[in-house]
Amino acid sequence: MPPIIQTCNLTRRFGSNTAVDNLSLTIERGEVFGILGPNGAGKSTLLSMLCTILKPTSGTATVNGFDILRQHHEVRKSIGIVFQDPSVDADMTGLENLQMHADLYNVPVSEVDTRIKSVLALVQLEDRAGDFLSTYSGGMRRRLEIARGLLHYPKVLFLDEPTIGLDPQSREHMWDHIRMLKKREDMTIILTTHYMEEADRLCDRVAIIDHGKIVALDQPSVLKNGLGGDTIILGTKDGQALYDLFLKTKVSDNVQVHNGEVRVMVASANIILPRIMEQVSAARIHIEYIYLNHPDMNDVFIHYTGKDLRHEQAHGHIGKMAMMRRRRVR
Amino acid sequence: MSELRGIYTLWLREVKKFLREKPRLLNAFCQPLLWLFIFGTGMRFTAGMPGINYQEFIFPGLVCQAMLFTAMFMGISVIWDREFGFLKEILVSPISRTSIFFGKMIGASTDVMLQGIIIFPFAFLIGAHMNFVIFLEALPIMLLITFGLVCIGLTFASVMKSFEGFGLIQTFINLPMFFLSGALFPLTNVPQWLLWVSYLNPLTYGVDALRTVMMGYAWTPLFPLYFSISVLLVFDVIMFTVGTYAFSRTE
Repeated sequence: MPPIIQTCNLTRRFGSNTAVDNLSLTIERGEVFGILGPNGAGKSTLLSMLCTILKPTSGTATVNGFDILRQHHEVRKSIGIVFQDPSVDADMTGLENLQMHADLYNVPVSEVDTRIKSVLALVQLEDRAGDFLSTYSGGMRRRLEIARGLLHYPKVLFLDEPTIGLDPQSREHMWDHIRMLKKREDMTIILTTHYMEEADRLCDRVAIIDHGKIVALDQPSVLKNGLGGDTIILGTKDGQALYDLFLKTKVSDNVQVHNGEVRVMVASANIILPRIMEQVSAARIHIEYIYLNHPDMNDVFIHYTGKDLRHEQAHGHIGKMAMMRRRRVR
Repeated sequence: MSELRGIYTLWLREVKKFLREKPRLLNAFCQPLLWLFIFGTGMRFTAGMPGINYQEFIFPGLVCQAMLFTAMFMGISVIWDREFGFLKEILVSPISRTSIFFGKMIGASTDVMLQGIIIFPFAFLIGAHMNFVIFLEALPIMLLITFGLVCIGLTFASVMKSFEGFGLIQTFINLPMFFLSGALFPLTNVPQWLLWVSYLNPLTYGVDALRTVMMGYAWTPLFPLYFSISVLLVFDVIMFTVGTYAFSRTE
């Protein structure tokens, strides 16, 4: 089977600004694929091109084996998309929104009711289906949009910042939904996100995009290990003895003593730590405390983009949330 | 077949939303009353035309006015869809742009026709010449007027990206089209320049055709009925083409 998505030198310029730059990417069937990047890195532009609402300046891509330029009708039938900004009709009920979607995508009439029931059950909105969208909370709207995106059995589901503007609890719920989807439906899920934790916990593979180019692409664990692995920090009164011991037994090339703490840099703490403990107790050195530093996706992100997403997040989000709020007010 | 289903659902959405907005329906019902009974009465006794009931004279004009304003408003509603994101949901669906435009157009046109029809019972109140046959004759003319006007509104919505231009439409489209259509005064006694500008206004032909049908012998038409209808047809075709083109270019 061909890959579900393949882009070939995909480029999009807006004036002198190149939002997506000669991007070539392959996504396999059944993956949960994350696209990370700072604001303005080209994530949404890439998604817009893949779902055929934006034409590339040059290059092309295939989605589910269909060309996004010449077969956009087939591409659109193959994909479901949940946009970053709300795209429901707030003056209609949940049920009506789903019914419209079924009509637009020509879902067989005999199946519409069953499918609507099952997607509503999936996102746990059965009891609110008859209510107007204007009475839904932000998280509920998002869930309805996901339900809507699934109604026509897409092969690929695009989620553009699926948890933006949600409180931590709703975000956790959303992650559960996405995991469940991956398990239950035979579907490729592509999500863009700002949240490092989201990428780490949900995605099989992650691409980090900056200035329209892919700067890193791999499994989250591989990306994190690529930064030189974990740091084991041991607190003791006998730092020098511990230091000498570790140098002798060669647990690591990189050991430091600092303020009564011994820092050991290793590829994977999970494997090395038990050995260290054995050596320490054999040498009868008293350890007061011990803790581990795993590089997280944020470290990976800073490493590749030179930007701290935590700061970005704070700035970017206030703007976005304010925008969303303004849109909801009517 | 799938395109027809898409068109149907877009049509249904427009009509549902129109009927749900009770304040707008109330307004649609009451505004013509003000024109007919206050403006109409005042004019009838100050600037009356010999042999013609002024209220009966402006009645077809008010039908056109209600349709004109609603058509522009409904057309512009696409901007709302853009602003609130729903347009993206439609644009990313497998339905073609032409079908989306067509669905929107017949949906908005249905609303506009309802708006026009709401006014008809008032004809009896002012003692105008009205019966079921006249009503049936008026409908196709109203439909021709509606299509073109809705397409103008949709075209503006495709070009304009926000509501900031909405006031401009009121000043530069709605009111001039209304005033220059002969809806409020006959074009028989106006200066030459005003007459020529009015001839450029498609609504002039709509008002004239509607008046011909509704007032019968009491009214001397500016143009023969077939001519007015032909002009409206050409107007519709042009505006539908322009509108589809403008809409298909939106991203």
